[in-house]
Amino acid sequence: MKISQVAEILNANVLTGEDMLDHEVHSACGSDMMSDVLAFVKDQGVLLSGLINVQVIRTLLMMDMNCVVFVRGKVPPAGIVDFAAENGVVVLQTALPMFESCGRLYCAGLGRKDQPEEAACECGCCSPAEGLNGNDHE
Amino acid sequence: MSEALHYHFDVDGASFANAGRASVETKKLLRQLGVSPEIIRSISVAMYEGEINMVIHAHGGDADVYITEDTIIIILKDVGPGIRNVEEAMKEGFSTAPENIRALGFGAGMGLPNMKRYSDEMHIDTKVGVGTTIELWYHLNK
Repeated sequence: MKISQVAEILNANVLTGEDMLDHEVHSACGSDMMSDVLAFVKDQGVLLSGLINVQVIRTLLMMDMNCVVFVRGKVPPAGIVDFAAENGVVVLQTALPMFESCGRLYCAGLGRKDQPEEAACECGCCSPAEGLNGNDHE
Repeated sequence: MSEALHYHFDVDGASFANAGRASVETKKLLRQLGVSPEIIRSISVAMYEGEINMVIHAHGGDADVYITEDTIIIILKDVGPGIRNVEEAMKEGFSTAPENIRALGFGAGMGLPNMKRYSDEMHIDTKVGVGTTIELWYHLNK
């Protein structure tokens, strides 16, 4: 999945990294505990987090991850966005909560071993079969 | 290790925001030297956890990186409080970090286990009230 699709599925703002939206990501991890990310993330992927500090970006750099999504409407300060930009990390920001953000990406097939086209997703807004119309769930 | 490349970093214990700088720099250096991405990632993660530990528990310290043809050794040395029970500290989930550190995304009790997980050998020399030195070894020709 391209980072641009991640942004579209999550109705996310792109705070930096516009030039990297074509990059592919293969998995995602939702966590506010950076040590857990360091311990368990295997493939290059997207980190979704409600934690906002510079160590989130450093954790991504250590893990060779290139995209972070700040969830729950939290807006990172400019210093963090600048640090991400300097190091080639895409920063997305969505109003959606963590649970729904992860759910939408999972439904759309990110990080799944089964075939997303065949997987039944009933939310109606994020299944690839239904197209990505970007509507809210409500 | 007479022919080893040696890089030294001061780990600033005064600022949590600065923790990890040495690891980021080391990662860049290792990339320039052509070390394989898997080894670079292991070293980065282990060293980063070590740096975070030094800042959380020991007011910073020294990080030294030695690189020879077949081995990379990271030495993290602090003069902090020492580790009272190493066996306990090695258990995943065991942490003595204060609540404010957990709120920053660390202190989940994964620091030392992660360092062990992401190194070929880890040697801990610690004495309560004196400090801790941790060596992380990586064998390049496995």
